[in-house]
Amino acid sequence: MDRLALDVAHLFAGGLVLVSFMLLYQDRMFGLLNIFALHALVVSLSVAWQAYIQAAPHLYITAGIALVVKAIIIPVALHRIIVRLGIHRTIETVVGIGQTMLAGIGLVALSILVMLPITAEAGTLAREDLAFSLSVILLGLLMMISRRNALSQIIGFMSIENGLILAATAAKGMPLVVEISVAFSILVALIVIGIFLFRIRERFDTVDVHALERFRGEQP
Amino acid sequence: MAVILDALVQLAQLLLVLALAPLLTGYVRKVKAHLLRRRGPPLVQPYRDLLKLIRKEVVLAENASWVFRIAPYLIFATTLIAAALVPTFATGLVFSSAADLIAIVALLGSARFALALAGLDIGTSFGGIGSSREMMIASLAEPAMLMIVFTLSLLAGSTQLSSVSTFMQGQEVGLRVSLAMSLVALIMVALAENARIPVDNPATHLELTMIHEAMILEYSGRHLAVIEAAASLKLLLYLSLIACMFLPWGVATTGQGFAAYAIGLGTYLVKLAAAGFLLAVFETVTAKMRVFRVSDFLGAALMLGLLAALLLFVSQSA
Repeated sequence: MDRLALDVAHLFAGGLVLVSFMLLYQDRMFGLLNIFALHALVVSLSVAWQAYIQAAPHLYITAGIALVVKAIIIPVALHRIIVRLGIHRTIETVVGIGQTMLAGIGLVALSILVMLPITAEAGTLAREDLAFSLSVILLGLLMMISRRNALSQIIGFMSIENGLILAATAAKGMPLVVEISVAFSILVALIVIGIFLFRIRERFDTVDVHALERFRGEQP
Repeated sequence: MAVILDALVQLAQLLLVLALAPLLTGYVRKVKAHLLRRRGPPLVQPYRDLLKLIRKEVVLAENASWVFRIAPYLIFATTLIAAALVPTFATGLVFSSAADLIAIVALLGSARFALALAGLDIGTSFGGIGSSREMMIASLAEPAMLMIVFTLSLLAGSTQLSSVSTFMQGQEVGLRVSLAMSLVALIMVALAENARIPVDNPATHLELTMIHEAMILEYSGRHLAVIEAAASLKLLLYLSLIACMFLPWGVATTGQGFAAYAIGLGTYLVKLAAAGFLLAVFETVTAKMRVFRVSDFLGAALMLGLLAALLLFVSQSA
């Protein structure tokens, strides 16, 4: 039973890293949204499993919030924004997919090398989850710097938050108040970013953030 | 006595793969035709093609050297050995100790080397294109394959196929995300190596994007027959590899008697039929990729293999 619990937790956490790589690989808008919804689904499954094996019922609420807010509300809202902006074409990446993937593998290796030695006293499950959540966070950051499109940068940002939830549940859960306020701040961030997107688009006729750099005079 | 039995099983295995390979190719074609609402050629058509090709005379290009003439036999021999080493219905083969995953990768690599040389030898532009593309695919597919091999051998503690297969049949495998990733990566590598649809189209000769067919364009007669037989053997090899490592149920082990061998054979045929059916469905619903996207496809396979090895490392050291 104990072995199976560990294996399932490993499966979900590893699956989350894999879905992060799928986010890096996908270069179509709607595909990106679907994979982001999958990302949130895997996180909520993982949290629910942690709630079950740690016998911590408040984690079920965390899982429910992750499922409702990030697997349903945010993808649907972003879907509407994409349709309104009319940008459901391919998005361009700054470097090629191959190099991004290699950089991602390097980041995963880095986070494993960093996390395993410094968590030597923690339990097996916590060590694994911490290593995986650090790699999810780093992959989200990589996605934010390797994409030009403002919407895919938002999705990278949201996937970082999923990694944080994974880390928090591995370390015996965070207080419910904190979790709820984080969920709401993510929602507020979505609204702010949505307004921001429409403003960029009004001003520059594109959501390519390089237009902003040109506007500031950083690029010729 | 046991050695003789093992040798007999090994011989049976060799003959089985040789006899079954064209049937598998015909079966996949038949299923694909049915999915497109055509009747398709009969199941035995690949055997008929091979017979007809063997009877025909060989037409050699003027500037073909000895490389061009011996390459088909080299390809066929290495592929046949590799296919005979993969346990299909029983694991206790006499050459089990030689049936190493790395040895199989190396055998297939030498077959590919001979094929690429033959493509370059006659000096036509198509052959050159085909060879260079094949090498591009190989340079990504072989590292991916080796990463899969590393993952499996880290888990099973051995690169020998029979040990891997026995390990996967046992209880201590557990539910591992690494295994799922390496299975997906292996399927992607198998599609690329066998020139199946997202990478190359096996059904056409008249496209600028062809890879495998471009290299063998100048072959005729018995040379072509041998190359076609090798191609279907390779498809059978990859499907048996997937079956023996990831679906090892029913495979007979040493000294289990005749009934176990019969069960092993039956389950092997069922697995092959299922895998061939899935391959045909996949090829029907997928579009061929541009050649320049193949590197992304295989890069993803390589990435999955690397990730599988990394995640396994975490779970073993944690």
